[in-house]
Amino acid sequence: METGGPKTEKSSRHGIPEYGTMGQTLYDKVFDAHVVRRLSSGQYQLFIGLHMIHEVTSPQAFEMLRDRDLKVPFPGRTVATVDHIVPTEDQSRPYKDDLAEQMMKAIEANTQQFGIRLYQPGSGKQGVVHIVAPEQGLTQPGMTVACGDSHTATHGAFGAIAFGIGTSQVRDVLATQTLSMGRLKVRRIEVNGKLGSGVYAKDVILHILRKLTAKGGVGYAYEFAGTTIEAMSMEERMTVCNMAIEGGARCGYINPDETTFAYLKGRPEAPSGAAWDKAVAWWKSVASDVDAQYADVVKYDAADIEPTVTWGISPDQSVGVNEPIPATSDFPEAERPNILEAYEYMDLSAGQSMSTVHVDVVFIGSCTNGRISDLREAARVAELHGGKVPTSVKAFVVPGSEIVKKEAEAEGLDKVFLAHGFEWREAGCSMCLAMNPDKLKGRQISASTSNRNFKGRQGSPSGRTLLVSPAMAAAAALEGKITDVRQILSKGGN
Amino acid sequence: MSEIKMITGTAVPVYGNDIDTDRIIPARFLRCVSFDGLGEHAFEDDRAGEKAKGKTHPFDDARFKGAKVLVANSNFGCGSSREHAPQAIYRWGVRAIVAVSYSEIFYGNTVAMGMPCVHVSPEDAQAIQALVESDPSVEVSVDIEGNCVKVAGKSFASTIPEGPRKQFLSGGWDATSELLADFQDIETVASRLPYVNQFA
Repeated sequence: METGGPKTEKSSRHGIPEYGTMGQTLYDKVFDAHVVRRLSSGQYQLFIGLHMIHEVTSPQAFEMLRDRDLKVPFPGRTVATVDHIVPTEDQSRPYKDDLAEQMMKAIEANTQQFGIRLYQPGSGKQGVVHIVAPEQGLTQPGMTVACGDSHTATHGAFGAIAFGIGTSQVRDVLATQTLSMGRLKVRRIEVNGKLGSGVYAKDVILHILRKLTAKGGVGYAYEFAGTTIEAMSMEERMTVCNMAIEGGARCGYINPDETTFAYLKGRPEAPSGAAWDKAVAWWKSVASDVDAQYADVVKYDAADIEPTVTWGISPDQSVGVNEPIPATSDFPEAERPNILEAYEYMDLSAGQSMSTVHVDVVFIGSCTNGRISDLREAARVAELHGGKVPTSVKAFVVPGSEIVKKEAEAEGLDKVFLAHGFEWREAGCSMCLAMNPDKLKGRQISASTSNRNFKGRQGSPSGRTLLVSPAMAAAAALEGKITDVRQILSKGGN
Repeated sequence: MSEIKMITGTAVPVYGNDIDTDRIIPARFLRCVSFDGLGEHAFEDDRAGEKAKGKTHPFDDARFKGAKVLVANSNFGCGSSREHAPQAIYRWGVRAIVAVSYSEIFYGNTVAMGMPCVHVSPEDAQAIQALVESDPSVEVSVDIEGNCVKVAGKSFASTIPEGPRKQFLSGGWDATSELLADFQDIETVASRLPYVNQFA
């Protein structure tokens, strides 16, 4: 929300703040470039460069447009796909779930009526919305990106200001290409040093969440920086930014650099030819200045981060795989009722090691960890382990998009997974939120590469979720319990 | 557009920090193309969970039936952006929320829907919950203009960010018409963004 006045504001004709050229963050530069005007409330009217929609949070927005006789003035700036309700086994139409079929029909009709692109299953471009937009080169540095989905924070990996919105705001973006927004504070989160073997981007963000808590980022945008982050691939950066929202930060971002530009080059929607050089110059100009001012700065050492697993019902409730579950006395007084609730729900107790916890289901996929590098690492763990998923465990791999699936199959990853007892599925959100047929049953416990371990998140009101990296998920599948993946990786000489 | 200055009615306390939107409305109820009917499913799994333990969730408690004000603790509405969550609460009957803090996206949704959410201190949130618990018939007034919550003759200081506060008081919480008021300005900003012009 509105979080304190800007630093050196001078009013212009429309009340757009004008800053000096020194000491700005990427957040402030991008925000300012997109301000249309100050609204009577004092909020900013912000232009949205890229708007993505999916089948769950958009139908009511289109209904509101029709009710009010509103048009979509920038149809080319919205892109639609279907991901949340899509089955990952039998995708033939009509879907067996009538409600899912109804939602599919709604987005097909709505996008057609308003002239919006739709990446449908079978198009070769469908998948989880936060995976397909980067794949196509739609997400670019310096943009404002909005989507009716909280994990829109993912796109911040490109140096975009990307945030989730609700359905009434989806209506506003469709009708005006703008939103009424307050300005956030910016917290710089530096992670420095080299990650150990078996420690991944997922562990980095789980570690940050644990340190800053699930609500520590309310009112902030998170700028992720430091040598650990700089050394990450774009896919790893997306994993980190994806979960900024789990820390309460509506958006997280990483300053664009050569890694960003190399990822974008040649993608279908990325600039090319003469425009490419101009684009790179502009993208460089939006990065935070070296003397940028931050609301605060926190620093972490990569060497302190272990393969991490959540033990509770909030993504900030995690431990290193060999660390005991913390006691209530380790938390501030006000947090203790939540901790007790988490022990009870998870049927785990203080002092227990997570490496004794058996799993029933393993889910590898989602906008957090459903990209090709995630699948490669999970497959590598399976091959190094050499065994098969025990019959007591159901393990399934859901590629994040049709492109990821095709790429994985071209590399033979599907065959590796199948040979080691994993199921290989079609692209979608699947059991991250269990709106499709993929669900936990009863008190089942999953090791999941997704982003939320909330009560009931994975489809059973009493189901339990342990959030881990893809490598840790593969290890849990093969061992039938939470296992330190480094024990398996050491067989491969690293 | 209607101005919202004060919400008065009985209240319902919902206890705990970090109550996420999956708990407010589980994902299976998102399989719909309309928000109609979500009210009866608000907190569905939490309600069933309490029942299984022989307890009663406040949303099932007859004492709190008809409540217009929800009193919660901190980081209320975290997690998924689903507007189905505040819509379910609204359609159950709630018209204002009093809590210590809210997630950003949830907050934005409630403003756009016209359901004010005010902030109080952690101690005051607990005190208001206790007053409502001890007398569920007590009227709670959420005063947006006066920046306070009044319960049984007591007044608790409340805050609401200035932008949303002005939006509620002026009736401008439904932003669409104001956002469309000067369409040329939108086109002007679009035209100076290099990427909108393909970096030509």
